[in-house]
Amino acid sequence: MKAPAFIESIKRRMQVQKKRLLTIVAAASASAMLVAACGGDSASSGGAAAPEAAVYEGPVGDGEGELNILAWPGYAENGTTSPDVDWVTPFTEATGCKANVKVFGTSDEAVKLMQGGGWDVVSASGDASLRLIYGDNVQPVNMELTPNYADVFEGLKKQQWNSVNGQAYGMPHGRGANLLMYNTEQVSPAPDSWSVVFEGDTPLAGKVSAYDSPIAIADAAVYLMATKPELGITYPYALDKDQFAAAIALLEQQKGVVGEYWNDYLKQMAAFTEGTTLASTTWQVVANALQGEGVKVDAVKPKEGATGWSDTWMIAKDTPNINCAYKWLDWIASPEINAQAAEYFGEAPANSKACALTANKDHCAIFHADQQDYWNDVYYWNTPTTACLDGRTDVECVPYSEWGTAWTALRS
Amino acid sequence: MTTTTATHRGFWYRHPKLQLAGLLSAPMAWLVVVYLGSLLALFLTAFWQVNDFTSQVERTFTFRNFQEVFTNPAYYGTVFRTVSIALLTTLICIVIAVPLAFFMARVVRPRYQAVMIAMILTPLWASYLVKVYAWRAMLQPESGVIAWFLQPFGIGGPGYGFIGIVITLSYLWLPYMVLPIYTAFSRLPNSMLDASADLGARNGRTFRSVVFPIVFPSIVAGSIFTFSLSLGDYITAQIVGGKLLMLGNVVQQTYVTNLPFAAAVSMIPVVIVLAYLFAVRRSGALDNL
Repeated sequence: MKAPAFIESIKRRMQVQKKRLLTIVAAASASAMLVAACGGDSASSGGAAAPEAAVYEGPVGDGEGELNILAWPGYAENGTTSPDVDWVTPFTEATGCKANVKVFGTSDEAVKLMQGGGWDVVSASGDASLRLIYGDNVQPVNMELTPNYADVFEGLKKQQWNSVNGQAYGMPHGRGANLLMYNTEQVSPAPDSWSVVFEGDTPLAGKVSAYDSPIAIADAAVYLMATKPELGITYPYALDKDQFAAAIALLEQQKGVVGEYWNDYLKQMAAFTEGTTLASTTWQVVANALQGEGVKVDAVKPKEGATGWSDTWMIAKDTPNINCAYKWLDWIASPEINAQAAEYFGEAPANSKACALTANKDHCAIFHADQQDYWNDVYYWNTPTTACLDGRTDVECVPYSEWGTAWTALRS
Repeated sequence: MTTTTATHRGFWYRHPKLQLAGLLSAPMAWLVVVYLGSLLALFLTAFWQVNDFTSQVERTFTFRNFQEVFTNPAYYGTVFRTVSIALLTTLICIVIAVPLAFFMARVVRPRYQAVMIAMILTPLWASYLVKVYAWRAMLQPESGVIAWFLQPFGIGGPGYGFIGIVITLSYLWLPYMVLPIYTAFSRLPNSMLDASADLGARNGRTFRSVVFPIVFPSIVAGSIFTFSLSLGDYITAQIVGGKLLMLGNVVQQTYVTNLPFAAAVSMIPVVIVLAYLFAVRRSGALDNL
């Protein structure tokens, strides 16, 4: 990422911040009011049974002329961030579907917006996708209607977070791992373990940072899988009461050495540039941006493995623009567009043919797009549920809502 | 033509209540429906619960949220911290604003008064985020301006945390404290000061018995701004607060996954501000806003 793009990203982040401010106000008042006034029957979707929704049979006909897109920043660029970065306008030109893009900042925000309705497609991470499926907000997707699906990496197809009972629920977009970033000048030897950010006796005490989200509990679980095998954790998103308590205890211990938490990559970049943070979880894109600025950092996937994300484009259940939605899913997964989007955001593309089309020919190598063994110990964000995701039936696992309250209590 | 006008005027003249209703219905609707209505909805939301899995609000009555907020010791600390930050910020603003406002209103020559007011107001024109990020740079633990300034004295900078939040918030809300106090000082009649001097009071006595009682309601008025703005802030804590959370951050962290819980938490600052307003209403501050 070059400097001008970085400046653009700062501006964009600030807009996002402002939007968040508005969202708070809106969510605190308006949505509360809507729920109060409209008296929706949201309670009816409480069960965790897989919804039975009809799959669109196609064929994909002419577009309806409109498509409302809900996307992570950098996933559906229409030229407003930078005139050079635009794959939405060509989509409109090719299909006649006029696209309205709204950007969200967290998975939780995406879920909330989808529950509100009015959006046709959404780029959902694994910690949002299942909530959307079981909340009956999205519909299954007929992958035969999207030819580009054939070229998607096999390791991304019909996974736990984008399918139910073998039925696909969307088009993979790209994936990345949450890495350990460290200052190469001040941290030596180079760390190969998460211990530098978790253990109380770390030499970096006070200069450690951690991701500020309930999903960070899974980071602790990944570390415990390697260091405390007696806990029997096999999947970091399936924690029973004891395992969960162990993860929280580890995070309490980590809190003692944390200087600050980050949930905004701009803030993390500032902390590494200043030197107030020397080691932290991060995304590859942040490490690249910092290296581009001349800051001495490196990012590694520690030996314990890591959490990560794998994003999926999903279609809203009641969309009136079904043809445009299918056209978008196929468009975003096409080699050219997938290459642009993945390279702009800084992640591994989902389409195997995208690797040949990136501007930086090393992109797929840097992001390990085609090395399946790299991803074997990457645990993609998922939504913890009461029914343990690792298949255990003799215990109940701690659901995501309790992850949320536990995290807030930990941080308070 | 004249007759119609007369009739028309006569209609409104004969229906003063209708006239009043026409004038007030729009703002009252705004106040009651949008403003108080949303507060009420927020309050009601705090009694519902969410689906464990999908985070959707389920309209089942429960006290669980309030119970969690008021019985989990983790949140006591946050409430105490937030109130302390708001009080300390208010105090610092008062300490800076009173002499400053006095200087502006009574000492500076009138032609420079406008300039000074402009200088006080200018920061309000800059983006909130830019100002907070600027403070982040200044508060930087080892290399920031403040740390550099304190180095010769052998003291480290405050870094990110409680003090950082208080300093930044004091900077942000200072204009809201200066302006009402400035107005009070400039309204202070010279004749009263003369009378006080004529009766033999020295400066200290004049300040205590004449100036302070007149200015006090304005200080309280300013404190309502600084206190309530600090109480609800969460972005400053995010940027310069290190790992500290304020109440606003708790709301921000939970409102998507657990809206009813966030609603219960957000009732705390509402109650605190109402209590504060109740406590200061006798000072006459509410007439000075």
